[in-house]
Amino acid sequence: MQLALVIDPGKCTSCKQCEMACAYENEQTFNPAKSRIRIFDFHEEGRFVPYTCTQCDEAWCQSACPVNAITTDQASGVKLVHDNLCVGCKVCTIACPFGTINYNADTGKVIKCDLCGGDPACAKACPTDAITYADVEQSGFDKMKAWAAKTDSAAQS
Amino acid sequence: MAWTKTILRINLTTGEITKEPLNMEWAQQYLGQRGLATKYFTEETDPNVDPLSPENKLIFATGPLTGTCASTGGRYSVITKGPLTGAIACSNSGGYFGPELKFSGYDMVILEGKSPNPVYLSIFNDKVQLRDASHLWGKTVWETDGMIKAEVQDPLAHVATIGVSGEKGVLYSCIVNNMHRAAGRSGVGAVMGSKNLKAIVARGSNGVQVRDPQGFFAATDAGKKVLAENAVTGEGLPAFGTQVLMNVINESGAMPTRNARDTVFEGAHDISAEAMAEPRRSDGKANLSTNQGCFGCTIACGRVSTIDPTHFTLQGEDKERYKHASGGLEYEAAWALGSATGVNDLDALTYAQFLCNEHGLDPISLGSTIAAAMDLYEEGVINHNTTGGIELKFGNAEALVKVCELVGIAEGFGAELGMGSKRLCEKYGRPELSMTCKGQEFPAYDPRGIQGMGLTYATSNRGGCHLRSYTVSSEILGIPEKTDPLATEGKAGLVKAFQDATAAVDSAGICVFTTFAWTLEDIAPQVDTACEGGWSVDKLMEVGERVWNMERKYNMAAGIMGDQDTLPERVMKEASKAGPAKGLVSGLDKMLPEYYELRGWSQDGTPTGETLSRLGL
Repeated sequence: MQLALVIDPGKCTSCKQCEMACAYENEQTFNPAKSRIRIFDFHEEGRFVPYTCTQCDEAWCQSACPVNAITTDQASGVKLVHDNLCVGCKVCTIACPFGTINYNADTGKVIKCDLCGGDPACAKACPTDAITYADVEQSGFDKMKAWAAKTDSAAQS
Repeated sequence: MAWTKTILRINLTTGEITKEPLNMEWAQQYLGQRGLATKYFTEETDPNVDPLSPENKLIFATGPLTGTCASTGGRYSVITKGPLTGAIACSNSGGYFGPELKFSGYDMVILEGKSPNPVYLSIFNDKVQLRDASHLWGKTVWETDGMIKAEVQDPLAHVATIGVSGEKGVLYSCIVNNMHRAAGRSGVGAVMGSKNLKAIVARGSNGVQVRDPQGFFAATDAGKKVLAENAVTGEGLPAFGTQVLMNVINESGAMPTRNARDTVFEGAHDISAEAMAEPRRSDGKANLSTNQGCFGCTIACGRVSTIDPTHFTLQGEDKERYKHASGGLEYEAAWALGSATGVNDLDALTYAQFLCNEHGLDPISLGSTIAAAMDLYEEGVINHNTTGGIELKFGNAEALVKVCELVGIAEGFGAELGMGSKRLCEKYGRPELSMTCKGQEFPAYDPRGIQGMGLTYATSNRGGCHLRSYTVSSEILGIPEKTDPLATEGKAGLVKAFQDATAAVDSAGICVFTTFAWTLEDIAPQVDTACEGGWSVDKLMEVGERVWNMERKYNMAAGIMGDQDTLPERVMKEASKAGPAKGLVSGLDKMLPEYYELRGWSQDGTPTGETLSRLGL
């Protein structure tokens, strides 16, 4: 079973615990500026949306990398950046349609979500379950269930 | 650790910017934020300084837990001498600005002097600049926030700014960060304006370190679990916000209504959390859009609201900016703008709250001052001519909204209201109609119905305030244990304990709302694993008591003596007319002598030499 980050923006309160957990996991310091996941505040609509790499099967970043510094972990599907190979050319940051791989000026390498090796710190830190780590094939289950309840005409008669 | 150990000092007169090491000896005695910044302030500033003169200083301070994963670890405070009270002012805010200041590498910023021209301070890690703000002078909080982010070309920068009210010296203008969160009380915004400082923008990419990371994660995880499992912090506050109190306090007969003429508000339900959640007829949506957490907060009590599009406040031109979701009503604001003025129109109050955020006004002092003005109007002391044609009667929502707009830009009768209720009532010869303590409007708990809050207001070092010792926790909610709100017995000890514990919490970088669930037993391990120094419960309580006495000492040096530990005549002499507190007045005189004794102060309210030396003061 492959697992993925399942994000439900409706539950997000913009507390930034995910950003801090991510930064600490990767940089050993509380520094949201270096977080791989980021919460966007659409305050005029009253919405907060966490966003990060979704680990594309056919990844633009990987295809674009001229030195093959981005590889796929077959078991988890994660796209990994190898710092020893990355030359900091930033071509992947242009190729990625989602903006979720970014350059870190402090190291001269790119950074992206690697699911923390199978135990994502952001999901563990989220106090409202807006971010969970769940079966990638069942990520729509809760939404389906909610809509199923609304479309059951028998329940409304 | 946890402290960045660096202070930024800005001389606005000369433009000189210096960095200096944090005094770590003081950090061990005062921890951070409220305590440590007040120590710097009182060491450096003459108690007799005019609050709006260049000689006053203004400090933005974070705590050691600010910018960490401790729940609610995102607070900062603004410390100065307040123009509303002439006492020490210390206003605490959440949002995301405080942590950003710390990520830039600074525990606090000390601002001195007065800039010859309007400026804003830009802090991007090591790059610290004073930049021209002449084009921002006259702009609202919301306009300034957007303009500065565009100017620094960084959407992730966080801005703390004043509105026009702060520029024009409205004595309860605040400093608003992230558009909707504020260092709200005592007029800290007016001090900022008097220095020609429009805003501070911060963006940092330095991390915050803690002393014992594994221990810190264990302690903060345990703390989060306690918050999640507590009925108030885990359910009540996220769902209803502080507005959960509106019906509860009203039913307790402790709702100061119509300038404290009454203690029960018949319209309370109309402006309560329950009303905010009800779908309205016009568009089927509720006033409450969602809740929001400040940085690091796992409670998330913040309200994001929308106004009914058909409501009168949104009709007419130039209303576009109020037609979407924005920072909504907290309990204190709903009380001040609503119960205190007798207005039960939820959307009018929400609009008034938006105005407070947009213009940088403290809704507690604003609402209470309007209530006093309504009292003067109904008594015939002021009239149409005074108000510029506004029929300022209790319950008049249109009048409320109109005067809020005027105070925001300090024009017309709004400029007079901007002085606060004490000066207003004195001007018109009716000082007894001002519901203030030491010049600051007291908040949403009537001292006749919750006796401990009377002692809280009377002895608060920053004037009338609930956030210095929130005995409502014990007297109404039963936290940590239930006491009788109508009794005076035992309240002196309760107030002292709450005051000291709160001073420690305010010095740590976390939010006082955690204390609905946390005691210092939960907090001490989080501070201790973050900071060197062996931070036990006892040490935190000692810091709290030291901070309290330091503030008291400064106020007394500024001429605010024990005779000012009092309450407005109305709550001392006019009995409650209805509800559980019917027939009661505040029993302050029964509590105060015992309080002084427990504090180790003389019977005129002066800390004894013995007390001061015990605390190292």
